[in-house]
Amino acid sequence: MSSITPDLIARNRLTQSEYEKIVSLLGREPSPTELGIFGVMWSEHCSYKSSKIHLKKLPTRSKLVLQGPGENAGIIDIGGGYCIAFKIESHNHPSFIEPFQGAATGVGGILRDIFTMGARPIAVMDALRFGSLDAPRTKSIVKGVVSGISHYGNCFGVPTIGGETVFEPCYNGNPLVNVFALGVAKHTDIFYGRATGIGNPVIYVGAKTGRDGIQGASMASEEFSAESAAKRPNVQVGDPFMEKLLLEACLEAMKTGAIVGIQDMGAAGLTCSTCEMGSRAETGVEIDLKYVPQRETGMTAYEMMLSESQERMLLVAEKGREEEVFAVFKKWGLDAVTIGTVTDDGLLRVKHNGEVMAELSNRALADEAPIYDRPHNAKPYRANAPFDAPEFAVSTDVHADLIRMLASPDLCSKRWIWEQYDYTVRTNTVQGPGSDAAIVRIKETGTSVAMSLDGNGRYCLLDPREGVKLIIAECCRNLSVVGADPVAATNNLNFGNPERPEIMAQLVEAIEGMSEACTFFETPITGGNVSLYNETLGEGIYPSPVMGIVGLLPTAVPVPMEFPKAGLQVLLIGGLRVDTNLQRFGGTQYAKNILNTIWGLPPALDMDYEKRVQSAVREIARAGLAAASHDLGDGGLGVALAECSFGGVGAKVELDATQVRPDLLLFGESPSRVIVATADAAAVQAIAQKHGVECLRLGETMRERLQIRNGASTLVDASIAELKGPWSTSLETTLAS
Amino acid sequence: MKFGVVVFPGSNCDHDAFYAASANAGQQAEYIWHDSSSIANDIDCVIVPGGFSYGDYLRCGAIAKFSPVMSAIKKFAAAGGPVLGVCNGFQILTESGLLPGALLRNTQLSFVCKKVRLEVATTNSPFTCEMVKGSIVTFPVAHGEGCYTADDRTLDLLEAEDRIAFRYIDNPNGSARNIAGILSEGRNVLGMMPHPERVCDPLMGSVEGLALFQSLIASVPALSSSSSSK
Repeated sequence: MSSITPDLIARNRLTQSEYEKIVSLLGREPSPTELGIFGVMWSEHCSYKSSKIHLKKLPTRSKLVLQGPGENAGIIDIGGGYCIAFKIESHNHPSFIEPFQGAATGVGGILRDIFTMGARPIAVMDALRFGSLDAPRTKSIVKGVVSGISHYGNCFGVPTIGGETVFEPCYNGNPLVNVFALGVAKHTDIFYGRATGIGNPVIYVGAKTGRDGIQGASMASEEFSAESAAKRPNVQVGDPFMEKLLLEACLEAMKTGAIVGIQDMGAAGLTCSTCEMGSRAETGVEIDLKYVPQRETGMTAYEMMLSESQERMLLVAEKGREEEVFAVFKKWGLDAVTIGTVTDDGLLRVKHNGEVMAELSNRALADEAPIYDRPHNAKPYRANAPFDAPEFAVSTDVHADLIRMLASPDLCSKRWIWEQYDYTVRTNTVQGPGSDAAIVRIKETGTSVAMSLDGNGRYCLLDPREGVKLIIAECCRNLSVVGADPVAATNNLNFGNPERPEIMAQLVEAIEGMSEACTFFETPITGGNVSLYNETLGEGIYPSPVMGIVGLLPTAVPVPMEFPKAGLQVLLIGGLRVDTNLQRFGGTQYAKNILNTIWGLPPALDMDYEKRVQSAVREIARAGLAAASHDLGDGGLGVALAECSFGGVGAKVELDATQVRPDLLLFGESPSRVIVATADAAAVQAIAQKHGVECLRLGETMRERLQIRNGASTLVDASIAELKGPWSTSLETTLAS
Repeated sequence: MKFGVVVFPGSNCDHDAFYAASANAGQQAEYIWHDSSSIANDIDCVIVPGGFSYGDYLRCGAIAKFSPVMSAIKKFAAAGGPVLGVCNGFQILTESGLLPGALLRNTQLSFVCKKVRLEVATTNSPFTCEMVKGSIVTFPVAHGEGCYTADDRTLDLLEAEDRIAFRYIDNPNGSARNIAGILSEGRNVLGMMPHPERVCDPLMGSVEGLALFQSLIASVPALSSSSSSK
């Protein structure tokens, strides 16, 4: 009688038709262990089965891209014989179940993806999405996630140099933790996850295997129910010290020249690393589980193959040179054991207690998962957001609105978060958290790399296609503000259940918008992560794609965001661009915080104009003409001017747009606008003109006050302290209450 | 002169200290692995850098004090050699008994990374002789356990003997008497929580940390003159 029951198939989260495909690929019934291996490899998390056909639409090449999607991280040439490896990855589901360990191991996982390529991690950023701060669990999730990231990144010794944090009720039962990491390597030192060389030893290094995290990848591929708390054992426990040892040992072992391929054991652990390395090299991998270092007794083959114990790597060494590798790991006090060999039969063969427990095609596991073209012929889900703008009164006190907005969870200072991260270790942080873009210098090349992480679930809910374009435009604008050329991107696609056509429609729209914008801004996607099933009790998150874009620039002291002194000209590159169409105002922070609602469409984006604004701003920054510079994003002109003033120098701004509603004028979020403070307005003007973009004089910097007048009326007249006080203390105060 | 930078498996400011001493301060530097049982003769100053020595899951520096290199450093210090412990290095020096007191968890119970203002409390040391007594310098801190603690008698003694090297202007961790760094009785061992090595490069926004390296260079004149020009 068959040992494979429908119940067992379901528990491995495979469908009946997927099971049938397995049987036909094998030409026989799988064993229970084999079924488990297929279950994780064909999970949404590992196989991208719902997104793959759409991800193919993304641009992935440029002359700088050395490695695109499909490896552990993407790689970009930065010149001088060096390159950077970077990627973003989510750890959403674990972070809801156990915020501290979920977030910590999220950091650990992405760091391994970077150093497995031979690159030393030099920067981390994170995009966090939490529920409403008055929802019951939010504060504890915030504190857990932040201390988890702090614990892991700080001990490992990588600076966490920026990111963004947003609060929205749709994340109450499903927070998002997306971690971006970037490392640097010599071209000649890049390693790939390939099991090449028949007869070469397959070596296991790092932490011992336990029963933790079994089926974590499958867990990340289903919706949450009320019983999700019972899944805590599915969350792995991180050991950043072990990871640090693994980093140093791997980089040192790579230098011996004896390693031919290496991959971290992340999701689906031993299973994923063996079959993916074999599949990429078109080889087989045979392992004997009795050699796997274990920290528990009596584990079955199923448990060992599916364990997601952290801080482990699999490497393939040149036959006969094992001892060179072992010596390095011994020096760092780590386990390193040969557990198998590379074979020529293309199979993953797993032996346990003298018995072959699994014998499966590497290609079938890694590359032949079913690909679904899930129905998406529906209107993208919009929750309760209407298309038409509601009637809302013209604000009579934008001064008070501004202060309220500055204290709102999304716009307030996130200092409480980033002060818990070591952002200066490694002495490369030229510009750290709280800036438009973070910058690290590369000691080896004498150049710098800037990076920006951005997302906007509200925009994407209203229009996933346009929303994602706005996100990409904003990232590239952030980079341009510091003088960097945007060159490549990584994406984290956080969406709900793809089996619902209105969610699948969001995903498809977002990917197509991303393809268009990444092509236009010449920032190919070099890798990333798809996180679906972000739903709890049927309640989906807003479509939340997060983009991480990197830019290259010459090393220099950065342009600050804050006005440095009084008497400078304040200019708005791109012009006011007030959109009087109320439909375009419904996704703004004003609509969220002052009107407490959402409607309509995201702000309109003219990509061609945007690109010219960015070119102008880069040229201004590189010419040393900007004494301060800041892009207009969430909260619009009013919030951006306040942020520029927090160094103690404000501005006297005189607008001449009396026909425009003051709320739209100050808080509209039209893109393609950058504030520049300069001592040489004529030179800045000339550059703007050359690029065919407007350069509007807003006013002049002045000490200690921000005044914004529109014609004869005073919109804002505040001391900097009045604005900065609520902004700087809001988050801390709320979390303490 | 030549700096020796100790590397424990979990050190993560070792590269930074090395870079500050060599690229920024223009001196020679080499790494000293944690199982070394002696300090080479040509090392003029040992730096015990920041990080997490052996993971520090128990108590910061509690395991590091048993490492072979710490025995060697004790001998080096006993012979008058200058030893600088920064952050985790300070924790290890107190655990090892080279400096009095202990570093507890920050009073706010969370890690803190920020720039802090410090008063240079004494210039009577090889680490601060090129600084100005009473002047204010701004160094970054980045630690979870930096709350300096000792009994009152010890604190009184440190003050009486002018052994407090730096005091916080805005105490970030609850340290007793705002102590940010202290000297040994022989004044040749300095432990401090703030990171001078992170502010030795104009790109990092400040070069105020260089004064500490320059003080060392000035106080080891015989050795520095021959090696620094290489």
